[in-house]
Amino acid sequence: MKHIKTLHKGTLKDSLKNGGCGECQASCQSACKTSCTVANQACQKQ
Amino acid sequence: MVHAFEMNGFYIAVDVNTGSIHSLDRITYEILKAFPYDFSADKAIQMFGEKFGVEEVKEACHEIEQLIEQGMLYSPDLDQPLLMRQIENKSGLKALCLHVAHDCNLTCEYCFASKGSYCSERRLMPEEVAFKALEYLAQNSGDRKNIEVDFFGGEPLINFEVIKRAVDYGKELEKQYNKKFYFTITTNGTLLDEEKIDYINEYMDNVVISLDGRKSIHDAMRYYRNGKGSYDEIVDAARNLVSRRGNKSYYIRGTFTNRNLDFSEDVFHIAELGFEEISIEPVVGGGQPFHITDKHIPIILDQYERLAKRILDYIKAGNKLKFYHFNINLYGGPCIQRRLVACGAGFEYLAVSPEGHFYPCHQFVGQPQFIMGDVFKGIDDPKGLSEQFKRCNILTKEKCKDCWAKYFCSGGCHANAYYTNGSIDMPNELACLMQRKRIECALMMEVALSLESA
Repeated sequence: MKHIKTLHKGTLKDSLKNGGCGECQASCQSACKTSCTVANQACQKQ
Repeated sequence: MVHAFEMNGFYIAVDVNTGSIHSLDRITYEILKAFPYDFSADKAIQMFGEKFGVEEVKEACHEIEQLIEQGMLYSPDLDQPLLMRQIENKSGLKALCLHVAHDCNLTCEYCFASKGSYCSERRLMPEEVAFKALEYLAQNSGDRKNIEVDFFGGEPLINFEVIKRAVDYGKELEKQYNKKFYFTITTNGTLLDEEKIDYINEYMDNVVISLDGRKSIHDAMRYYRNGKGSYDEIVDAARNLVSRRGNKSYYIRGTFTNRNLDFSEDVFHIAELGFEEISIEPVVGGGQPFHITDKHIPIILDQYERLAKRILDYIKAGNKLKFYHFNINLYGGPCIQRRLVACGAGFEYLAVSPEGHFYPCHQFVGQPQFIMGDVFKGIDDPKGLSEQFKRCNILTKEKCKDCWAKYFCSGGCHANAYYTNGSIDMPNELACLMQRKRIECALMMEVALSLESA
């Protein structure tokens, strides 16, 4: 494409099928303790 | 829904419902910016044909339509009842925050814990409470293998012996219940000696050490009872700890207030001290002269943008630096189930006070109306707090429903909402503004690095 370059094809919908194992880190246990950011957590399955 | 923004010379679009990220040119940026919800090629040609030329706009619209067909722009809302069931089906505890010491040797001005005491008498958690808490977590974490315990305070190292015994007991429970405990500690760093450093580096999977940045900034807020600043001791101890930590994670974690709105200087001060994993966060709360109000927001947003550009240059020059809030994991990020409920306070994550009471999270400890039972008798929650917290998520909060950042932020901090708006259902607007900016900064950095390596 000339005008748009896709850098990441999101998979949020797909993750609905095989996600939810709950093994990832609780966000508030990491650095913040006040302002959680979930998107920076890593998936334990990957 | 599509969010298009410009930063640092990059034009970027986020497809909200899939999390797809696109790098745009000026034409497609202006078009997508004008159509956040529904795209119309005819309207776009009408609006931008004269400015960019009809043929160019037609070509840009064609590319947009191709991406719509491929499900990477204007993708439909995810099935809301199905998502809601995913939340309702969540069961089992995941993490506990153990307040092993409601006491502190510092008297930090902005402390949400009333200088460490949480509005009650100074108290250390007895061993039996810590043991019962760990047992409760191991027994009530369902099928989950990985469970977490953060040693928190006050200053947790005041109660170091109980921490050590609790970790030993956790190792026994791992075998008994087929679990893996991840232990972390959040410390002000002043009590770190050789023994404690070795212990933390061996047994703590993460350590968070508090340092606000420049000496003058840090010492003005984080001082001992005699008024002396704590900067010098903390820097020495933290350097010592990190130099012997190998590849294990840590965070140097600071707070900024309206007295250091140029906090990007503090981030780089910490980086220049030799640290690579840094988090500087806005002070929470209101009513004190150092708190953040809406008049400070434009300066803070500008600081975040400056910080992102500066970190990008710093990384490109071959240095290492992870700024916690800019670390968005685009490629290996969490599943949708994880993104719906933020920290899980009240049902996946609980705090335990020194006497053993359960609270929805560490920020509610000391507020009797939030007690949810105790480690000896288990959850006793007649007010249904756990269910209230579970039902407070990005699907139910009015402010989140229409926000482009909802799947990155996951709804924000319940305590921040409660303490500013009196309800966990009403996110703090200032926190939302800062969060959206931080996410844009993180995406810009990802885009910049991706394009460079392409």
